[in-house]
Amino acid sequence: MSEATTSGALTEKVAGATPESLARPLRGLSDKAIAWLFIGPTIVLLLAINIFPLIWTIWLSFTNYRANKPNAEVKTVGLQWYERILTDADVWFAMQTTAHFVIWTIIIETVLGFGLAWLIDKKFRGHGVWTTIILIPMMLSPAVVGNFWTFLYQPQSGLFNYAVSFFTGIEPSSFQMLGDVRLSPWAIVIVDAWMWTPYVMLICLAGLRSIPDYIYEAAEVDRASPWRQFWSITLPMALPFIMLAVLFRGIENFKMFDMVNLLTGGGPGSTTEVVSITLKRQAFESWRTGYSSALAIILFVTVFGLANIYVKALNRVKQR
Amino acid sequence: MSASDQARSIVAPTSMMRRIAGALVIVYAIVTMIPLVWIIATSFKTPPDSIAYPPKIVFTPSLEGYVNLFTTRTRQSPEVLAQLPAPTTWYDKLVRSRNMVIAGPSNVVPRFVNSIIIAFGSTFLAVFLGTLAAYGFSRFRVPFKDDLLFFILSTRMMPPIAVAIPIYLMYRQLGLNDTKLGMILLYTAVNVSLAVWLLKGFIDEIPREYEEAAMIDGYTRLQAFRLAVLPQAATGIAATAIFCLIFAWNEYAFAVLLTSGTAQTMPPFIPFIIGEGGQDWPAVAAATTLFVVPIFVFTLLLRKHLLRGITFGAVRK
Repeated sequence: MSEATTSGALTEKVAGATPESLARPLRGLSDKAIAWLFIGPTIVLLLAINIFPLIWTIWLSFTNYRANKPNAEVKTVGLQWYERILTDADVWFAMQTTAHFVIWTIIIETVLGFGLAWLIDKKFRGHGVWTTIILIPMMLSPAVVGNFWTFLYQPQSGLFNYAVSFFTGIEPSSFQMLGDVRLSPWAIVIVDAWMWTPYVMLICLAGLRSIPDYIYEAAEVDRASPWRQFWSITLPMALPFIMLAVLFRGIENFKMFDMVNLLTGGGPGSTTEVVSITLKRQAFESWRTGYSSALAIILFVTVFGLANIYVKALNRVKQR
Repeated sequence: MSASDQARSIVAPTSMMRRIAGALVIVYAIVTMIPLVWIIATSFKTPPDSIAYPPKIVFTPSLEGYVNLFTTRTRQSPEVLAQLPAPTTWYDKLVRSRNMVIAGPSNVVPRFVNSIIIAFGSTFLAVFLGTLAAYGFSRFRVPFKDDLLFFILSTRMMPPIAVAIPIYLMYRQLGLNDTKLGMILLYTAVNVSLAVWLLKGFIDEIPREYEEAAMIDGYTRLQAFRLAVLPQAATGIAATAIFCLIFAWNEYAFAVLLTSGTAQTMPPFIPFIIGEGGQDWPAVAAATTLFVVPIFVFTLLLRKHLLRGITFGAVRK
């Protein structure tokens, strides 16, 4: 590293001695200039579209600004919004709803996804084609998925209700997946699992494939039972990958909006009102810009923390 | 790895095991495809067939959903209909048989065009900026490199609704609300983080010797980048572009909050395709079908790089 620097410094010195008009065509731009020229535009764009608005949000969260009354006088209100949010029962309820959703989707997707990956790793004939087919749902638009699942969940004519009644004998019009307080949270979990199990599967599959055969061969020589092999080799060695998938799904579902907005819009009542839906209602329906900015900042901080852990996990997997 | 290689290993699954595994996976794949197949089938049903009970598995295919998707229609009394000249085209006949007349084209074509312009525009910009930045991060010593890379990634993880509040205010000030340019810039910003991370992985894999050789031969750094690195990174750039394209194509939260008319894309448009008395499901299904078919193609093209894409380039297989 230091050698490169000295030689770089030397080149600079030599270049410095060369008249500018000659040096340009000879050397072109310096590496440092190129580095900033290449990275600069991306950073500027992100500063303009992400950081500047973020700072603006922080400012707004201390004011009584309302986006639908841009000409009203803006007053600072201190930490009032933060206080109100952290003591607001509705916000805590939305947090709980979100937590439920995150936990159940992760449990179901991890179990199903890992199971599928384990089966696919047996390399049966044609596993490549079937794997590609399984992956399709996760590539679709969550909004479009949410929208067409409302069709499948129609109480009278929906395919989902019909399938349930076919297998259990329950009258298909006797339950409403999206309209019932007890069922609607599960209706969302089902759609999310349908869509994102392939994601967990794909990452778990990479984990399983990263385990070298010789470890199993050694275990076989030592007469370890398949059960023992699974618990002492397969699971621990695939664990970093499983964690990666779990963390990413956790972050994504913590901020889940699209699918819920189209499936239930937070209803019935507020039984499926996850935090993003609360935020949208406050910001774009009640136009309480200050209050929702404060809530947005709380979300930011949480996601930022989670993202930090996620990147650490990414780097751990990368070292494998 | 050939089949005979596997057969020799003592840890290879038995053929019985393989068959059971295969059967279970195939069952899962088929069950998981049913909702999609059902939507595509619904797009070829008539409105009464689409909501029939029990659900109709066998039906006479009809293009009514597609006709309804592309047109707006008005209901007319039999007297008015009788006075009209006879329908000339097949779609006129179809609409006429429901006692309606075509009033004009629907908004679906402009919305589809918006989706295409915004998706391709933002993908081009994101990949362009991303390739440059990725090369910068891959090859040069940049101060605070890890922090900058984390910053770039963290911008993608931000909840869109939280970002949408200030973006909405900022765009209102700049007159960018409900414009294609505004949406392109926004999606570029979201996609560039993915592009940088993915492309950095691809460029890291290209040996530096190529550029060094080129530079010894008298090329400048920029020429070496253009002539030695870019061709090597072509596959990676293409894969990254498809990922960006899929994101921009599928995006909903920003689109629904920041666009209402002229720049509206398909995802916020599809749920509001309504007929008489609620959602016109065959038309919705037709729009969904047209919207997801490109994704099938992309998934097929990407299947070797999917893992990389969804883990920001960390897991390479």
